[in-house]
Amino acid sequence: MIATRSQGRPARGTAPGTLRRVPPALLVPAAVAALLALAPIGYLVVRAGEGGLETVLRVLSRPRTLELTVRSLGLAAVVTALCTVVGVSLAWLVVRTDLPGRRLFGVLAALPLAVPSYVAAYTWVAALPRVAGFGGAVLVLTLCCYPYVYLPVAAALGRMDPAMEEVALSLGRSRFSVVWRRLRPAAAAGGLLVALYVLGEFGAVSIMRFDVFTTQIYTSYRASFDRTPAAVLGLLLVLITLVIVAAEARTRGRAAYAFRGAVARRPAVVRLRLKPLALAWAGGIAALAVGFPLVSIGYWLVAGASAARLRPGELGEAVAATLAVSAAGAVLTTALAVPVGIIAARYRGRTATVLEQSAYAGHALPGIVVALSLVFLAVRYAAPLYQEAPLVVIAYAVLFLPAAVGAVRAAVLQSPPVLEEVARSLGRTPLGAVREVTLPLAFPGVLAGAALVFLTAMKELPATLLLRPTGMETLATRLWTETGSASYAAAAPYAALLMLLAAIPGFLLGHRPATRDEA
Amino acid sequence: MSVFRRIAAVAVVPVLMIMLAACGGGSGESAAPGPTGSADASGGTLTVYSGRNENLIAPLIDRLKAATGLDVQVRYGDSAELAAQILEEGDNTRADLFFSQDAGALGALTKAGMLAALPQPILDKVPAAYRAADGTWVGVSGRSRVIVYDPREVENPPRSVFELTDAKYRGQVGWAPTNASFQSFVTALRVLSGEDRARKWLEDMKANDTKTFPNNNAILDAVDNGEIRLGLINHYYWYEKVAEKGESAVPSKLAFLPGGDPGALVNVAGVGVLKNSANAAAAQRAVEFLLGAEAQKYFADETKEYPLVAGVATAPGLPPLDSLNAPDLDLSRLESLEQTLTLLQDVGLV
Repeated sequence: MIATRSQGRPARGTAPGTLRRVPPALLVPAAVAALLALAPIGYLVVRAGEGGLETVLRVLSRPRTLELTVRSLGLAAVVTALCTVVGVSLAWLVVRTDLPGRRLFGVLAALPLAVPSYVAAYTWVAALPRVAGFGGAVLVLTLCCYPYVYLPVAAALGRMDPAMEEVALSLGRSRFSVVWRRLRPAAAAGGLLVALYVLGEFGAVSIMRFDVFTTQIYTSYRASFDRTPAAVLGLLLVLITLVIVAAEARTRGRAAYAFRGAVARRPAVVRLRLKPLALAWAGGIAALAVGFPLVSIGYWLVAGASAARLRPGELGEAVAATLAVSAAGAVLTTALAVPVGIIAARYRGRTATVLEQSAYAGHALPGIVVALSLVFLAVRYAAPLYQEAPLVVIAYAVLFLPAAVGAVRAAVLQSPPVLEEVARSLGRTPLGAVREVTLPLAFPGVLAGAALVFLTAMKELPATLLLRPTGMETLATRLWTETGSASYAAAAPYAALLMLLAAIPGFLLGHRPATRDEA
Repeated sequence: MSVFRRIAAVAVVPVLMIMLAACGGGSGESAAPGPTGSADASGGTLTVYSGRNENLIAPLIDRLKAATGLDVQVRYGDSAELAAQILEEGDNTRADLFFSQDAGALGALTKAGMLAALPQPILDKVPAAYRAADGTWVGVSGRSRVIVYDPREVENPPRSVFELTDAKYRGQVGWAPTNASFQSFVTALRVLSGEDRARKWLEDMKANDTKTFPNNNAILDAVDNGEIRLGLINHYYWYEKVAEKGESAVPSKLAFLPGGDPGALVNVAGVGVLKNSANAAAAQRAVEFLLGAEAQKYFADETKEYPLVAGVATAPGLPPLDSLNAPDLDLSRLESLEQTLTLLQDVGLV
């Protein structure tokens, strides 16, 4: 698949090319992606504006707003830190070591992404009522979100040039320091997604009885049916998001991450010294994040009477619909993310910054806010699409663009600009160089991003509920219907199928780096 | 490189979609409505936005189809989110009928002027307390607020919500302040007992370490698994759980409060017809069906709710509606829901 594998050239430690003007062939599609991502924010401005300055100030000056902002940020910080530890350590163990059963662990590691966090929270509270609160919220969100870090880091690790490590080791530096330095873009991109996911999360935290920022947004819709305070709070969330995105960009810095373009050798397999300990760690995470929900789901099935209502035909239809819209969503999102990701990795300047930040700006908004904005826009400007499947696919692109952009950016950053320069010296246009050299090298990372979007889209609920064609059911909407009437036995197969389907991309992604070691 | 070509080919899809979207917007009103569009009034179609769960309502919708011959399309969702969706759709709403879990979501549409007044004969089937004062929505089934308690721990359940602030229940009571039914109860508390007493009750409850839950099911589970001893919920959640798990798995019991206590408020699930509906006549037929004997009996027997139309018996095991001593409160006094919310915000509960 990667045809350039044999023509390696040592990378110079150059900063990623601070390239000049963005060519229109990249700029135009990237601008389309950015505009799509910004659509919900435009809607929020309209809605917030209706209330006038007085309402805006009143909402922002509530003591509760500040209190809940602090709580949300604290939760996001703790969960992001833990996800980074879990995600990076698992990726290292699976991709680079002789951990027994690492292929299996590689497959299992991505599965939690398909468990809706409200389902995970419910299973924990049902089994261990005392877990509710901050600790429970941290536990559930960490177990659900660490794949956001694991997937890009595993993809990056699999393609890292072992020569770098050998040089570092020969110079007396630890292997960790050099590996971590090179993994930073992938880990930071994943961490950013985790932080934004936690900020926008509502279902799991409310079941864990931990009030956060989004609680107020939901209360605004559910209790007062007033969309203005929700819009004001949503805009505040956008502001917080932009600060976090800028902070992440700063930690990412401008260091050179490029590895040698062609991995001429496979990275050496690291022999674990504390194998039992490593096994316990990987096994423990898998047991908590995958085993526990599966056991709970199994218990639902045997303990409930509603299992009698199960109809295999409905199950099959839900699977087909879920696969279709999620796959289309992953393809569309990735296609939109490629130009933005390339620009973010290769270009500096205001245009590049604005494009990248636009993609992220709305990512912490709760799904219901994005869903309502698309209702508002589609009814007015795209009536034929309203409540048709393509709009659901577009909604996924708006919701999950950052996941794909982060993956593309990290992957492109890892391929050396010097190879593009060589290609250009051989007469390629800048775009031609990207197309023929960088993208093929970045392909595994791009694929990891697409898988991330696919997994996340499968469990998406608020936008799917509001925008789906009448009568279309996905696994997530069926799961919502069954749990909503306390029919846990009938809900069980839908939850189990979500995890089973998630195993497919998880298998492909987890499988690849591990087999390479053994070839 | 073939990889890029593949990606480029895929990139064409979004561009086409966006162009399609733009065309749709450009042609505006002239655009043909989709298959779900309510604009084609070609006899007998009806789009219902239902905030009530499909498992509870779908069998009733089937009977509605059979009884009226209407082609009924139902979009299920959360009541409040569907209300917000209808508000965003505005004049272009695709909904003909809104079937809401609670009166609050219907009131929001009334306030926005989106519901049409129902004919008086339809309204008169239901007691005035359970419908909008201006006739824009009507309740179709009732649910009583109750105290759920753990008989293993609580021998004599409280007879009023005011007893729950007692120190002996410290940390043992669960409530769901963001829940619509709970908020209607607080409205009842304010109207019946006065603003000051309502505020004091909320503050005392909070000081008594009352546990906050996201919804009624979570409270019920917490009582059943021994985490707390008492909870404020709607009665039918208990019956739903018993139907799923069997009575032996549900150790809790329900206490219906006597003497017109605010904690015995009866809420309704109800329906309203959209003003802009192209199928208003069909929607009205659906409302009539929901208030007919067959549907009312369905609510009594299947969802264990209270039928609101006279002459239909409640499910066995449930105290009859007129024996409930529900407080005398007009549910259509929705304007004061906002004051309830302000109060809950002041106390720091939402």
